[in-house]
Amino acid sequence: MSETSKDADGRRSSPLLIFEGGSPGRSGFFWPEEKGPIGLPPELLREEIAGFPEMGELEVLRHFTRLSHLNFSIESEFYPLGSCTMKYNPKVNEVVARLPGFSLIHPLAPPELLQGALELLHRLEGWLAEISGMDHVTLQPAAGAQGELTGLMVIRACLGERGNPRRKIIVPDTAHGTNPASSTLCGYEVIQVGSNKQGIIEAAAVEQVMDDSVAALMITNPNTLGVFEKNIQAIADVVHKRGGLVYLDGANLNALMGVAKPGDMGVDVLHINLHKTFSTPHGGGGPGAGPVGVKAFLGDYLPIPRIEKKDGAYELRSDFPKSVGRVRSFFGNFGILARAYTYMVSLGSDGLEEVSRMALLNANYVRKKLESAFQLASTEPCMHECVFTDRLQQKQGVSTLDIAKRLLDYGFHPPTIYFPLVVSGALMIEPTETETRETLDSFVEAMLAIADEAKGNPALVKSAPHTTPVGRLDEARAARRPVLRWETHRN
Amino acid sequence: MRYTPHTPADKERMLQTIGLSRIEELIEHIPRSLREKAKISLPEGLTEVAVKRQMAALAAKNASAQDWSFFLGGGIYHHAIPSAVDAIISRSEFSTSYTPYQPEVSQGTLTAMYEFQTLICQLTGMEVANAGVYDGASAVAEAVLMARRLQDGRGRVFVSRALHPQYRSVIATYLKNLQGVELVEVPFTKSGATDAEFVAKALDDKAMCVVAGYPNFFGVIEDLVPLRAACDRSGALLATVTSEPLSLALLKPPGAYGADIAVGEGQSLGVPMTLGGPGFGFFAAQKKFVRSLPGRLVGETVDGEGRRGFVLTLSTREQHIRREKATSNICTSQSLCALAATVYMSMLGKNGMRRIAEVNAARAHRTKERLVKEAGLTPVFSGPFFNEFVLKASGWAGRRARFISDKMVPGISLSEWYPELEDSLLVCVTEMNEEEEIEKLVRNFQGR
Repeated sequence: MSETSKDADGRRSSPLLIFEGGSPGRSGFFWPEEKGPIGLPPELLREEIAGFPEMGELEVLRHFTRLSHLNFSIESEFYPLGSCTMKYNPKVNEVVARLPGFSLIHPLAPPELLQGALELLHRLEGWLAEISGMDHVTLQPAAGAQGELTGLMVIRACLGERGNPRRKIIVPDTAHGTNPASSTLCGYEVIQVGSNKQGIIEAAAVEQVMDDSVAALMITNPNTLGVFEKNIQAIADVVHKRGGLVYLDGANLNALMGVAKPGDMGVDVLHINLHKTFSTPHGGGGPGAGPVGVKAFLGDYLPIPRIEKKDGAYELRSDFPKSVGRVRSFFGNFGILARAYTYMVSLGSDGLEEVSRMALLNANYVRKKLESAFQLASTEPCMHECVFTDRLQQKQGVSTLDIAKRLLDYGFHPPTIYFPLVVSGALMIEPTETETRETLDSFVEAMLAIADEAKGNPALVKSAPHTTPVGRLDEARAARRPVLRWETHRN
Repeated sequence: MRYTPHTPADKERMLQTIGLSRIEELIEHIPRSLREKAKISLPEGLTEVAVKRQMAALAAKNASAQDWSFFLGGGIYHHAIPSAVDAIISRSEFSTSYTPYQPEVSQGTLTAMYEFQTLICQLTGMEVANAGVYDGASAVAEAVLMARRLQDGRGRVFVSRALHPQYRSVIATYLKNLQGVELVEVPFTKSGATDAEFVAKALDDKAMCVVAGYPNFFGVIEDLVPLRAACDRSGALLATVTSEPLSLALLKPPGAYGADIAVGEGQSLGVPMTLGGPGFGFFAAQKKFVRSLPGRLVGETVDGEGRRGFVLTLSTREQHIRREKATSNICTSQSLCALAATVYMSMLGKNGMRRIAEVNAARAHRTKERLVKEAGLTPVFSGPFFNEFVLKASGWAGRRARFISDKMVPGISLSEWYPELEDSLLVCVTEMNEEEEIEKLVRNFQGR
C-alpha cells in the first residue's frame, strides 16, 4: 500500500497514519532478548499493545519525512507572526545542546558531577538579570505561561507575608490571553483596564481601578500593538502608592535589549519567553522556557531549588522557607536554557543590542510600505511589530482570515490574526531582525497584491488557500463531533 | 556572531523609506531616562568556533552517561534512542515550525500530534489523551485541577507518599492559592505501596481524587484494584502517575484497572535525559471527561473537498477564547518532545517496546538479586517492581569516593525526602547498563 494517496491533479496528498501502514512482526529497532526470567508475576502483565505500529526503520523515516513536507517552518518560509516572534534558530545552538555533557546528564546525580551545567544555569540567571534590570532570576518555569503563574505566585506569597495577599489583578484589554488565565489559576479575580485611542494605558485609567484590594498590575511592554507604554513609570507609581506590585509580561523583551530595561521602569516581577528573544526553536509548540526575574525584595519567594556559588563550587539550595515551592520537577527545561545561553555567548552585549535595533528597523520598514494599502491600528511609533486591520478590505467583504489564508498561497505564513482583541480584524506583523530587506519586500509585494485582489477579485481571496496540502478545514465539525484518536473500528 | 543580515546599504535604504536618517531615531520616543541606563554589560560576542570550544569545555565539566555508569532513575531514565528519532526531530520543518494554528500549512505537526494522542491512549489503555503538557509533575497538578473541575463540592485530594516527592511539591504549589482544597498524605506500607487500607478508611463524600504512582517513586508496581474499589465506594476519581512509561509496554495499563486519569512524564520514550528537561507530560483520561481535559487537543476533520485533515480543537476551554474563565493557562504542548516520543514508539513498535521493557525488568531483577545475595544489601520493600528498587546500603557513604573514582553513581539517596529511609538507595537498571557495569557495581558494594 502506498503511504500517500494522490488526487487526480497530483497536487495534494493526504498521508496515511502510522497505524495504517506497516505489517505484523516488523520493527525498526533491534535488541537481543535478555537471558533469564523477567522477574514479574504474569497477573501483572498485559497482552500486546493493541493497535501499536509495526514498521521498519526506513518506513518510519519516510512516514515522518513526508509529514514534514506538509509543514511551514522558519527555514522554508517567512513567518511574520506578531507577538509570537518566529526568528531564525542558529544551528550552533542545536549542536551545543546535543553535546553528551549536556544531553546525557542526570538531574539527580551528585551536584559535584554537574558543575558545568550548574555554572551555565547560574551565569544565565545573572545575564538575564542584567538584560532585564532585575536582581534575581529563576529558570524553573517550563514555558512563558508557567512563568506568569510563577511570577504571580511570588507576588501573592510576598503580599501574604505582609499580611494580605489581596484579591485582584489589573490586566489591560490588550493583554495576552494567558495573563487573565494565569491570574485566575493563582486565585485572583481579574479586572480590566482599557487602553486609550493610541492603544496605550494612561496612569489616570489605572488610578481609577487601583485600590487596596489590587495585588498587581500585569502590563506588556512594548504592548501587543507593538507600542511602547511610555507612561509605564507613572503607572508603576500609581500601583506602588497603593501597595500593589507591577508585573511585566516580557513577551516582547526582544524589542528592549539596549533600549530600555524593565527593571528601570518600576517593574517588580517579569517573565521572559526565551524563544522570542534568545532564539530557541518553537518546535511546533514547545518545549519552551519562561524564566522569571524579580527585584531583590522578592528573591526569597522564588521557586526552589536555587543555584548558589560557594567556595568556588555551585550548589543547589532548597532551604528557602518563604519560597512558593516547586513549579516543576528538577531544574527547568535545561536543553532550552543551554540553547539560549549559547545564543547569548555568541552575540554578546553588542550583538544583542543590535538584535533589538534591527527588529525595530524591519518592523518600521514593513509598516511604512504597507500603510497605504492597509489601515493601521495605531499611529503611535511602533517598536518590533505593527498591527493593521482589515477595515479597507472589508468594503469588498474580504476579512483578515481571508487575507491570512491567501498569503499561504503566496508562500508566506500569515501574521498573527484577530489579536489583540481590542482591534477589530487585527493583522499583527512582526518580521524579526533576521530577515533580509529582500524578504520583507517580497512579503510586502504579496500583501499589496492581495489588497488589489480584494478589490478586483474578492472571490479568489475568500476561497483561499488554493495551493496548500489541504484546503480550509471544517473546524466546527472537529469540535462538534470530536475524533481525537485513530481506531480500527469506528461506530 | 551576528544573525542580522543588514548591510550598511540596506540600513540606509530602509531608513530612507521610513523617512529617518539614523537608527536611533526609532527609539527617541522612549523616555530618555530609560534609554540612558539601557546599556547591557555582558562579555563580547564570539566566533562560532570559539563558542563551540567554550561550550564544549563547560559540557566537559559534567559527568555524562557516555563515560559514566549511572544507576539513576527517580523520574528520569537513560534509555537507548534510535538515531532516527533525532534525525526526524532535527528536521527544521518540525523543529522550527510554529504552533499549528494555521492547519493548512501544519498538517505535518498536526498529524504527528494526532498519532501521539493515539499512541498514548494505546499505551495507557485510556480513551482520550492530549497532545502533551510541560512535564510529569505539572501533568499531575493539572490532573488534580481537572478533578476539581469535575468534582464540585469535594475538596480532599489524597496523594500517596510513595508518589515522586517533587511531583507532590508541585501539586502543593499549584493548589496553594485555590479555595477549598485540602491535601491529604497517604502513607506507604512495608511493601513500598500506597496504604490501601488507609485509603479505604479515609475516603468519604468529601474525597475528590486519589493520586498514586504506577510504578511509584520506589519503583513499586501498585495494586490498583483496592484503590479503585475505594474510589468507587466514595465517588472519588482515581489518577495514576507514571514516570517510567516504558513499563506500560509490559504491565497492565492504568486503563485496565479503570483509572479515570492516567498521567506521567514521557522522557523515557525517546527523549535524552538533559538534566531532567525538556521532556513532556502525558495526560490521558476516560472519554466522558474529554471536555475537561487541559492543554492542547488535535482532532480529525475534512476540508471542502472531503480530504482528511487535522486541526487543534475544543480550544474554547483555553486561554485563547475564555481568558479569565479559562480552565488552564497552558500555552505549550512540549510538541517537539512529544514528536520524539511518537517517532520512538513507532520505531520500536509493538514488539520492540515489549522487548526493551522485558530487558529492563529482567536486568533490574537480576541486579537486585546479586546485590542482595553477593553484596549483602537489604531490600527495603517487598512489592513487585519494574526497573528500579530500594536497597538499604548501610555505610555506603563511606565508599562513595570509590564509586566516584570508578565513574559510577550507584543510585539515588532517599534520605533527603524520606528521613526514615536513611542509608537507602533507589537503584535503577535499564538496557543501557551493560553486564560489566553491573559486575563492577556488585564488586564496589562488596568492598572488593
